[in-house]
Amino acid sequence: MAITRKDVEYVARLARIQLSEEEKEQFTAQLTRIVEYVAKLKELDTENVEPTAHVLPLRNVMRPDEVRPSIDRDSVLKLAPKAAEGFYKVPQVIE
Amino acid sequence: MPDYEAVIGLEVHVQLKTRSKIFCGCPTTFGAEPNTSVCPVCLGLPGSLPVLNETALRYSILTGIMLGSTISSFSKFDRKNYFYPDLPKNYQISQYDLPLCVGGELEIEFEGKRKRIGITRVHLEEDAGKLVHAEVEGEDSGVDFNRTGVPLLEIVSEPEISSPEEAFAYLKGLKLTLQYLGVSDCDMEKGSLRCDANVSVRPRGEKLLGVKVEVKNMNSFRAVQKALAYEIERQNRAIAEGQRIVQETRLWEAESEMTHPMRSKEEAHDYRYFPEPDLVPVMVDHALQEVLRASLPEAPLKRRDRLVAQYALPEYDVEVLTSERELADYFEACVTAGAEPKAASNLIMGEMLRLLKERALTLEGCKITPKHIVEILALVSSGAITGTTGKEVFAEMFETGKRPGEIVHSGGLAQISDQAELDRLADEVIAKNTKSVEDYRSGKAKAIGFLVGQVMKATKGKANPQMVNEILKKKLEKDSSKR
Repeated sequence: MAITRKDVEYVARLARIQLSEEEKEQFTAQLTRIVEYVAKLKELDTENVEPTAHVLPLRNVMRPDEVRPSIDRDSVLKLAPKAAEGFYKVPQVIE
Repeated sequence: MPDYEAVIGLEVHVQLKTRSKIFCGCPTTFGAEPNTSVCPVCLGLPGSLPVLNETALRYSILTGIMLGSTISSFSKFDRKNYFYPDLPKNYQISQYDLPLCVGGELEIEFEGKRKRIGITRVHLEEDAGKLVHAEVEGEDSGVDFNRTGVPLLEIVSEPEISSPEEAFAYLKGLKLTLQYLGVSDCDMEKGSLRCDANVSVRPRGEKLLGVKVEVKNMNSFRAVQKALAYEIERQNRAIAEGQRIVQETRLWEAESEMTHPMRSKEEAHDYRYFPEPDLVPVMVDHALQEVLRASLPEAPLKRRDRLVAQYALPEYDVEVLTSERELADYFEACVTAGAEPKAASNLIMGEMLRLLKERALTLEGCKITPKHIVEILALVSSGAITGTTGKEVFAEMFETGKRPGEIVHSGGLAQISDQAELDRLADEVIAKNTKSVEDYRSGKAKAIGFLVGQVMKATKGKANPQMVNEILKKKLEKDSSKR
């Protein structure tokens, strides 16, 4: 399956990244090669193979419903590009 | 214009009443200072790993069993990918193709008739954060991540609801069911219940569904009803005018009472779901299902029917009594303890609910036990106290938790007309208030008023005032003549 330039542009938009014309060219070719490589799996007969939901053989890993201390707000907000009055600040969002 | 009918499906999100969040130990307390109930897991900081809250899972299964869903023996979590500032990881952990509960139904009552609304699925997911606009200075929006990671149960109905009023009845029924289960507060004001609606119209009798519109942003059950009524009307009119309905998301505006298309920032509904690698699958075995099934309460409507049949109560009484599980439990405990059902119902619906409401209290902290109820009803029915006194006794019982018999006997409310008792009290008051006694004797007749008041005070107003007056007068006259 060949990846088209349109596919690359669509994925870039979903990922909120801007690509130069050159990059679009480059990624179209690279992504095509990756998808082709993975397509090799299609050669296998998976008729009787259960779909894998997780690679680990573990199930039902849970914790009891107990409150544990949260972390200090200042140390958290310090990581944000912009914060004030206890809030993270982001460009205005209005629906 | 042909006759059109509406087809409505509701998507309800409820916050589960766990102490901690779904994948971390942060508290779920409502109204905490912004960004104080957060940790690396719910903030999506690199290197952190989610672990499922066992109680959230149990609550979800309980709900599924109550709704008659099939509980999936194998279930998993998935990532729903989208960018929004209230979503720190840029994906929401949700369930996609293997939800915890599939199918089921909710029995609702609508205009006196019962109807079953199909349930499509019930799945578990995490809540997002909250964006605030007003509380932050300047042009920016503020983000509070306290709510991020609070467990949500999404309950999706089949498109089987046919009017706004029926949608209201469904929401009421679902809320009551979840409250009976004790899995959620379902408080829309606190955002612990949210509802989106899918609505379309089609010519009556048509099998195919019309183009559906999603309506969001309703903050009460009434708002859902109004928004649906508006939207159905809008769609009918559009069709009558020869327009086509566009599949879109519209927002309800409470002020103008209209829906408006969402100004979508290229509403790319491509969530690219994929299995969440940070969480292992969940397997629910038969044994756990049976344990939970055994702890299931009676469904609200079933209980209503039973109370009517078992205690011969009017529909109205039963509707009030079953409006909360605790209230119905309380009523039945009274009857079990020996109270006559209708009398108990009257007392609970009247005095009890009035006082609880007045004090903004719940039954949980109430000092009146079912035994108290049995006793006070017996006192009234035997004529030992009048109905009016009964109310006073009830009020005192409500405050102190004392037994009604004790309240009446200890003279707490019964009028004191006992001569010897009043004599003794009058003597005490005379001995303690020499000044007033002198005043009276020197001709100030009014001074007796103060002395009567002292006796009344000593008996907390229970003494027979006429008798007190006479007794005091007699004593004062007698003593002065003796002198």
